Amino acid sequence: MKYMLLIYSSPATWDALTQAERDELERAHSELYYELVRSGEWVGGNALADPSRSVGVRVRDGVPVTTDGPYVEVKEHLAGYDVVDCESLERALEIAARIPDAAICGVEVRPIMDVGGMEM
Amino acid sequence: MDPPRPAGQPATAAGQSATAAGQSAGGDGRPAAAGPAAAASLDELLRGLAPRVLGAVLRRYGDFDRTEDAVQEALLAAALQWPGEGVPRNPHGWLVTVATRRLTDQWRSEAARRDREANAAALDPATRPAAGTPSAGAPAADAALTGSGPSATGGPDAAAGGAPAGLASSAGSASSAGWAGWAVDDTLTLLLLCCHEALSPASQVALTLRAVAGLTTAQIASAFLVPEATMTRRITRAKRSIAEAGARFGPPPDGDYGARMQAALHTLYLIFNEGYTATSGDELHRAELTGEAIRLTRQVHRLLPADGEVAGLLALMLLTEARRPARTTADGALVPLAEQDRSRWDRAQLREGIDLITATLPRALIGPYQLQAAIAAVHAEAARAEDTDWPQIVALYQLLERRAPNPMVTLSQAVAVAEVRGPRAGLELIAPLARDDRIAGHHRLTAVRAHLLELAGDTAAAHAAYQLASQQTTSRPEQRYLRGRAARLVDPQHPQRP
Repeated sequence: MKYMLLIYSSPATWDALTQAERDELERAHSELYYELVRSGEWVGGNALADPSRSVGVRVRDGVPVTTDGPYVEVKEHLAGYDVVDCESLERALEIAARIPDAAICGVEVRPIMDVGGMEM
Repeated sequence: MDPPRPAGQPATAAGQSATAAGQSAGGDGRPAAAGPAAAASLDELLRGLAPRVLGAVLRRYGDFDRTEDAVQEALLAAALQWPGEGVPRNPHGWLVTVATRRLTDQWRSEAARRDREANAAALDPATRPAAGTPSAGAPAADAALTGSGPSATGGPDAAAGGAPAGLASSAGSASSAGWAGWAVDDTLTLLLLCCHEALSPASQVALTLRAVAGLTTAQIASAFLVPEATMTRRITRAKRSIAEAGARFGPPPDGDYGARMQAALHTLYLIFNEGYTATSGDELHRAELTGEAIRLTRQVHRLLPADGEVAGLLALMLLTEARRPARTTADGALVPLAEQDRSRWDRAQLREGIDLITATLPRALIGPYQLQAAIAAVHAEAARAEDTDWPQIVALYQLLERRAPNPMVTLSQAVAVAEVRGPRAGLELIAPLARDDRIAGHHRLTAVRAHLLELAGDTAAAHAAYQLASQQTTSRPEQRYLRGRAARLVDPQHPQRP
């Protein structure tokens, strides 16, 4: 079963960290990454640029309109994601809990939709 | 009814299909040579040989992890060379020689790097094959490897199938130490090894597809919609787990045979289901898994013809696969069994499945796969949905529930009971499942409840249940189907399959 682990961050909590704490966060996440690669559970993932780099796109009457900045202003924003393919939801939650951001802000675990299906 | 898909079965997801298709287009390492037909038959030949070659080399060197890699390299070399140079007179011998050379080359180069003394045993000249380019004809060493025929004595577990009949072509050296009394076929031995209890079901599936079915890692990755590197790691890890568990190439310990056989059948069932759930053209690579599952199950059935559960599983697969042409629309929407165009069912597969289960039921120790096949056969025998012999299906589900109690079975049984005694009786049957942790909150429970409420005429509750089920499922085609059902309740003009 594939899950997307959505990693949230907030400027308030991030700014409060010391450089050493940020380095440790990077290190712990990369350690988790190598572990997941070795176990054959890692499917993909990326860190996302700062929300200030976002460009919103809305099409109205067939005309695309773009706006700089995030789609909605929120205190917590999506900072990155990992996609894992693992045995169970329990395992996905265990992985999510090891993403360092989970201790600072939060991580959301969402199942990824399957393209197959059973007739009912 | 459908074979119940076990809860917790790993499912694959959208999002990787573009990558997966790209990988499989040229990534399977088996280039087409003289037309697709020739390529297909070469591919078939190589896949059939794969487990026997692996068995022959393993019996000699015992290093499962590296030997398996070496055999894959030999298969790849054959796929590249044979279309141009022709298939050698003894393809099995050719592959064994090439795989052995790869293996010893690897040991030799490792030994050069490491302490020579520590590796002296692996470099014993006696175990080294003769040098030279492999060509047509079997090397002398190979004859010694594969010469002994299968033992004539029976299997270790009569209940699990009685005396296995070795394939004439199998390379079992049943006479060597520790093998006595076992009519060995490498395909079965490898299958049982790949289904070792140290592995998770997903790892058992991946390893079986590579070591027993002879698929490349790229093909397996493509079928499961994960990057090839991910699948490589998974397979490597699975092989290591087997080594760490101390399992060797050979019959499983006496007490383990029954459990291992059960795991092997479950693995074949999972491979089949994974392929069967594919609903549209761009997932064809996944659909090929049903063909692989049927091929492997057929091999096991040929080896253990008296094993009723193997026959039952094969019949179940054939009867289920026969419905494939009718179970989806051209654009990939799911069609429920009751609404399928039965003229599109594959007659030959139905016939074979019905004959097989009809011949098996009176003879064998009855088990869950046979009962599921029997249920599928009753459906297959109805020319129209309304001709279905529901009382017989209810009786079969009752037997199944007694033997293999499982909430998925209860669900299917409730649908059948509703056809015989009315929807309220079906609803009563599933009521306790809402308190069963294994299935409470599962979309299939909600979907069956919606179906029964709809039959009972409780439109508002049925609508709410279909909506809830569509939120609970993680399958896009199922979600589309459930939403369509909900919409049809409020607007009968709503196209049934949008």
